[in-house]
Amino acid sequence: MSEQRKHTDRAYEQDLETLRQRLLMMAARVEGMIENSIRALVERDSELAHRTILSDRVVNRMEIEIDEMCLLILAKRQPLASDLRFIAYSMKMVTDLERIGDLAANVCERAIALNKEPMVKPLVGISRAAEIAEAMIGQAIDAFVKRDVERAQAVLDRDNEMDAMYRDVFKEWLLLMEGDPAVVDRGIQVQSVAKYLERIADHATNLAEQVIFMVAGRDVRHHGKLTAPVE
Amino acid sequence: MLKNPENSPRFVVTQLNAWFSAHHVLRSVDMLIRDREVTAIIGPSGCGKSTFIRCLNRMHELVPGAKVAGSIQLDGEDIYQSDVDPVLLRRHVGMVFQKPNPFPTMTIRENVLSGLRLTGRLDRSTANSVVESALRRAALWDEVKDTLDKPGGSLSGGQQQRLCIARTLAVDPSVILMDEPCSALDPVATARIEDLLHTLKASYSIVIVTHSMQQASRVSDRTGFFLSGELIEFGDTDRIFTAPTDRRTEDYITGKFG
Ligand SMILES: Nc1ncnc2c1ncn2[C@@H]1O[C@H](COP(=O)(O)OP(=O)(O)OP(=O)(O)O)[C@@H](O)[C@H]1O
Ligand SMILES: [Mg+2]
Repeated sequence: MSEQRKHTDRAYEQDLETLRQRLLMMAARVEGMIENSIRALVERDSELAHRTILSDRVVNRMEIEIDEMCLLILAKRQPLASDLRFIAYSMKMVTDLERIGDLAANVCERAIALNKEPMVKPLVGISRAAEIAEAMIGQAIDAFVKRDVERAQAVLDRDNEMDAMYRDVFKEWLLLMEGDPAVVDRGIQVQSVAKYLERIADHATNLAEQVIFMVAGRDVRHHGKLTAPVE
Repeated sequence: MLKNPENSPRFVVTQLNAWFSAHHVLRSVDMLIRDREVTAIIGPSGCGKSTFIRCLNRMHELVPGAKVAGSIQLDGEDIYQSDVDPVLLRRHVGMVFQKPNPFPTMTIRENVLSGLRLTGRLDRSTANSVVESALRRAALWDEVKDTLDKPGGSLSGGQQQRLCIARTLAVDPSVILMDEPCSALDPVATARIEDLLHTLKASYSIVIVTHSMQQASRVSDRTGFFLSGELIEFGDTDRIFTAPTDRRTEDYITGKFG
């Protein structure tokens, strides 16, 4: 990707850099929440689940702070072109990140409930789905930092993989529940976790699309590599 | 895609070059300026914006040593042909300047009529209707209708600028060129002029030079970005300010240095 030039007004440059850093910090928090929520589930660690739910408050506060920061920059600087796209998509991105945090907290709630019951079977499919979701978030954020359209595109391509994973887990547990009424409660909890992970991946897809739009306005036309930002 | 592609071309500028003596200040500029649209000209100081619009009504050539090459057609006719009378052309293509420049001791009425007076006498009732109509179109009538005999210099800066616009409109031009018309005005006066531009563009073709990116993005349909005498990028205003194609445009409108 092309090198970034700096704004003549250094205070403005600093504002944008601070915003970028805050977004990255929020993204890192959210990634950590997914990782912890799955560990809480797989390793049956309810204490970790409780801590992770609490950390969602920090993420919620970060969303509000970043939104305020964006509004202030809009009011003070009336940004244009790539700066305007950066601010506009930052405001969208924090919404997705915040939703991901909520979903990770939801996973933790299911983990706490499941941990009170004996394990039905190791959650192999769920672990795999969680890995994909986490990787998608990581890649989307990386694409954002590096302003890398191709990397963002790779995230979009993984969404199908995630959907397939979700269907597999759902079916697997449906069969288990049909075979043994005693596992129905736990089965429903596991299916919910799969659903949350699938929705996390959807938000990761949103993030990746936002990166593409944010960068694409200029670079796509410049290099003529893509005719349309996304299909 | 250009928006309003149906708006007919007024100016067709082809390979325009301009000089002040040996100083080459416009380089091979091509531009199409359409009817019933506002075209904004942006770019850093000294890039040739004023020179460009002064070529459109042949004011550039008034400077000793100034030279023009290339072609500018207005409604299909080359304005630099030898049989074109530049004075008539300038009535057709009016200009509003950066600093409001009414004649300070002339009355408001005389200011509006000053462009016409140069070209002959008017009877009183025609004069009155010209004054009222021009002041109305310049959105100044309501504020001055009872004080038409006060000096132009007694008005506020924003009112003076609208008076100058009225003076330009009084001679019934079809194109209005504006060179930073709001740079001496406060935000309220600026908003009035911008509002006026929205109304005027229904009947005129307007070209405005501005240093305010926000103003260009608010008032114009197309924007041209000049740098060192070259037209770097020209297109729909909505696109130029959200996703410019050229790196130099991007850097300029976002306030970056290389
Ligand atoms: N009367 C003049 N005689 C000689 N050179 C001139 C004259 N007027 C302008 N120039 C030069 O021509 C170039 C273009 O000037 P122009 O006034 O068109 O720039 P501009 O884009 O309107 O700048 P600004 O934003 O400062 O009004 C500049 O380098 C300027 O120094
Ligand atoms: Mg100028």
